[in-house]
Amino acid sequence: MSGPSLMDSLFQRTLEDLIKGLRQQLIGEQAFISKALEEIRKEIKSTDLSTKSTALLKLCYLSNLHFHDMSFAAFHALEVLSSPRFSHKKIAYHAISLSFHDSTPVLLLITNHLRKDLTSTNEFEVSLSLQCLSRIANVDLARDLTPEVFTLLSSNKLYVRKRAVAVVLRVFEKYPDSVRVCFKRLVENLENYDPQILSAVVGVFSELACKDPRSYLPLAPEFYKILVDSKSNWISIKVLKIFAKLAPLEPRLANRVVEPICYLMRKTGAKSLLFECVRTVVTSFSEYESAVRLAVGKIREFMVDEDPNLKYLGLHALSIVASKHLWVVSENKEVVIKSLSDPDPNIKIESLRLVMAMVSEHNVAEISKVLVNYALKSDPLFCNEILGSILSTCSRNVYEIIVDFDWYVSLLGEMSRIPHCQMGEEIENQLVDIGLRVKDVRLELVRVARDLLIDPALLGNSFLHRVLSAAAWVSGEYVEFSRNPLELMEALLQPRTSLLPPSIMAIYIQSAFKVLVFCLHTCFVRGGSTAGVSASASYESFDDLSVENGAGSTVAHGQTCTSAPITNESIVNLLKLVELALSPLLGSHDVEVQERARNLLGFVDLIKLEALNSSGQEENDSEQKGVEATKIIRMVHDAFSKELGPVSLSAQGKVPVPDGLTLNENLGDLETICSDIELPSSNTFSFGYPSEEKDVSSFSNLQIKEDSGQSNESTSLLAEHRKRHGLYYLPSGKSEVISNDYPPANDPALQGDNNDTASDLVKLTAESLVPKRKPNHSKPRPVVVKLDEADEKPVAVKHPESRDDSLSGAVLDILFGSEDILPTSSRSNLPSSNRKGKEKQHMITQVESKENVVGDGNSSSRRRKDHSHGKERRHRKKNAEERNETDRKEKESSSNHPRRQKSRQRAEEPLKVPPQTSVIPDFLL
Amino acid sequence: MIHFVLLISRQGKVRLTKWYSPYSQKERTKVIRELGGVILNRGPKLCNFVDWRGFKVVYKRYASLYFCMCIDQDDNELEVLEIIHHFVEILDRYFGSVCELDLIFNFHKAYYILDELLLAGELQESSKKTVARLIAAQDSLVETAKEQASSISNIIAQATK
Repeated sequence: MSGPSLMDSLFQRTLEDLIKGLRQQLIGEQAFISKALEEIRKEIKSTDLSTKSTALLKLCYLSNLHFHDMSFAAFHALEVLSSPRFSHKKIAYHAISLSFHDSTPVLLLITNHLRKDLTSTNEFEVSLSLQCLSRIANVDLARDLTPEVFTLLSSNKLYVRKRAVAVVLRVFEKYPDSVRVCFKRLVENLENYDPQILSAVVGVFSELACKDPRSYLPLAPEFYKILVDSKSNWISIKVLKIFAKLAPLEPRLANRVVEPICYLMRKTGAKSLLFECVRTVVTSFSEYESAVRLAVGKIREFMVDEDPNLKYLGLHALSIVASKHLWVVSENKEVVIKSLSDPDPNIKIESLRLVMAMVSEHNVAEISKVLVNYALKSDPLFCNEILGSILSTCSRNVYEIIVDFDWYVSLLGEMSRIPHCQMGEEIENQLVDIGLRVKDVRLELVRVARDLLIDPALLGNSFLHRVLSAAAWVSGEYVEFSRNPLELMEALLQPRTSLLPPSIMAIYIQSAFKVLVFCLHTCFVRGGSTAGVSASASYESFDDLSVENGAGSTVAHGQTCTSAPITNESIVNLLKLVELALSPLLGSHDVEVQERARNLLGFVDLIKLEALNSSGQEENDSEQKGVEATKIIRMVHDAFSKELGPVSLSAQGKVPVPDGLTLNENLGDLETICSDIELPSSNTFSFGYPSEEKDVSSFSNLQIKEDSGQSNESTSLLAEHRKRHGLYYLPSGKSEVISNDYPPANDPALQGDNNDTASDLVKLTAESLVPKRKPNHSKPRPVVVKLDEADEKPVAVKHPESRDDSLSGAVLDILFGSEDILPTSSRSNLPSSNRKGKEKQHMITQVESKENVVGDGNSSSRRRKDHSHGKERRHRKKNAEERNETDRKEKESSSNHPRRQKSRQRAEEPLKVPPQTSVIPDFLL
Repeated sequence: MIHFVLLISRQGKVRLTKWYSPYSQKERTKVIRELGGVILNRGPKLCNFVDWRGFKVVYKRYASLYFCMCIDQDDNELEVLEIIHHFVEILDRYFGSVCELDLIFNFHKAYYILDELLLAGELQESSKKTVARLIAAQDSLVETAKEQASSISNIIAQATK
């Protein structure tokens, strides 16, 4: 292939030609671009630097605005860079800063070019290479070019110096050791009088202080001077940012600074500076009442301003205040509520956040009502925003702010009916969660679920399917609270359920199963005479009638709270309905649906004969069959009546592995284990029953009477399981309330812990034994089941980035002027006894926590880092007060986070304490 | 600090991009697509700030161009608005009542001006006059070089050696 000829160079398209051609689009954009790229590839190989650089420029254009890959030209860019001409250099630098990244292979070759230009006499060339360095610096470049940057920091050309200052930030970031070299000069520049340089230096410090404010505390006096003297708003804003970070660390500093800030706030005309003052005060000076009041005054001005920007920022600032001074929000309630209907979605969201901040357990009902009304009126996006924030606020800390759960459950129902609602999943979770946690609300919950299920229109909305699945589950699980199970059954099996996705269909079928079993059980076992056992005791607590009447009585139809009596006839209809609705599903392609439909139909087949018989003639020759069927019904019912409780996430972890148990062992002697399980003692399940108001003694009587023992097998197995693995289950309150000879010995975890959370767990109050049909609203907040740890919010452990870590270490070294930096090895091996008695020394020990339970992946990098930084640094403290201050901080930090391990820890220790015990982790890195 | 600067036309065409934080080519296209969608769809009388992936994007519309800058959460939005305005004024002064076409055909010049204004995501030069002077000085450097380069004799010398 021949290189580009002279003609190519002479008639090369310029950038302008390229752009014009692109705009004319005679042959289509893509075609034109690929043609141009082809040309560029050829031209860029030219030996003529002008041709090459023009090609490069064109390539930049295509890469930048049309996003074409230009990595192939990396080496050519370097070639152009070596040109002596400024115009070529400029293009090359532009291309390089546009396209180079850390893994560009030719990055190694650029160091010398940069060095040459950094030392050039032409200030513009220096500036170009600084600019480039700021963009592409990696560790090697930063290290190799540190001396040049250092020299430029005190260049007498202001233009060059301020650029060098800005670049230092990137160099520090990449290569923290450069701090040792450059930091002093950087600080010297703080005293410069040129506003441009000062602005650059302050900018660098404000970025540095964001990452690790503590290291820059010693520079506070300089910053203070700048704050007081500064005439430029740009600089003032940056200094304020620095103080916002420093002030929380040092109360005396805050004391001094708050006055000048307030002065600035009163006097300045620039909104940007004013806003920065306000934000600084509300974030970092929130304990200074007068300053906050002043700031709040300004915030109010912002919020009522015409300019949407100021309004937004005002609301934003208000939400920062809200975390500490809630009164401010309530004072400005009207403005906030008004902003909810602002045309700007950002403003709306900001004000929504504020409204949610105001929610407490006293006003949650009213606020939610207002918001739901807003949601009805607003666009889908914001509507869901509102619903989402209501849901998350109300469920915070296990429904902390909800007192009246009946209200909340009906609110959930109402919310799911809002046309734009897309929060189905969250509502689903909460419905089920509340059902599990709050016993008292189940009656209302079932009512809400019924209303949702019975409405055929809702089935058409795919966003609601999740809610419906929760409703179906709830009404199946708590069917005993249902007023009319027959109606429920019809709702569950209505034809439009075919619109549901299979997974939810399966839940519907399962719920229908539960409801059916409940109906049959009510009709035959409890109302019916055949069994001859007083099994109805299990429902005693919510039965109106006592059904302890003996065998032979057939009067007790509909003795539960159901309004429609369940008669034999209705049962027959029910069975027909089930068959009718489910037979088509036998051919379903979804295994889950198919299997559950089969289960249910199989069950119906078993029962049908008896049901039909008993409808015709009562208690005659089919007695024998009836007993069979009743047994089956009871067995299945027992299986369903077992209540599911929430299980703690950490349950598994709580079980100590017994001695001598090898978990990986082959299950060779499974039989012995099985035979072990097959030995249920008649009383074992007495504590196994949770809160369901079950009369345990009568039930165990029943168990004894039952000679076969078979019908309760499933229950007893469960109970047995519970006995053995009790700590997976939520301890039942029942076991505390009833007179039970068997202490809940099955809860070793709870007894072992024996902390107050255990007592919080489930308190089955006496009132739940007598359930309220009509809950009155003055009732105390119902018990909400909480699991001890699972509900605790995970504490976000912040891993400080290693870079900052080492950076601040280096900065500290410089600031405290430790000239006697020992070599790494000798320092890390320093015997601890040496530290004793050196009063003036302050030690920062970095402790590598060895408990890398999870974070093994990091360990290698940590170890590497350890090599250079995991060492004790010793600093001569200039004055005693700084030491005191660190003591204080260290105490506070150690008390704040007593339990965290595993994060990189740095200990700042007071010296009186012996070193062995004094390594107190400081997490405020 | 400023993470990136974008100039997007009302039709969604990109006119200038400058990245101060590392973004891969893929991320860049994604960012532009996402932000273009968000910003171009906002009505005229709304506020100039958009929350975006934990950052804030400050944008302002001048004629048919949207100037966008992405900043950290705790940066000052109003200050950035001023920087944008500052940039526009400098462009205006340089091109003489700047229009979109100026930026299209002199895209590299717009970059050079931006480079004088911002460095490493921080404001470098707050004086319009100084920026104008610096740019002019560099332009004259480029021009002299160009004159040399474009003389025919030079090209022939290059080609025949």
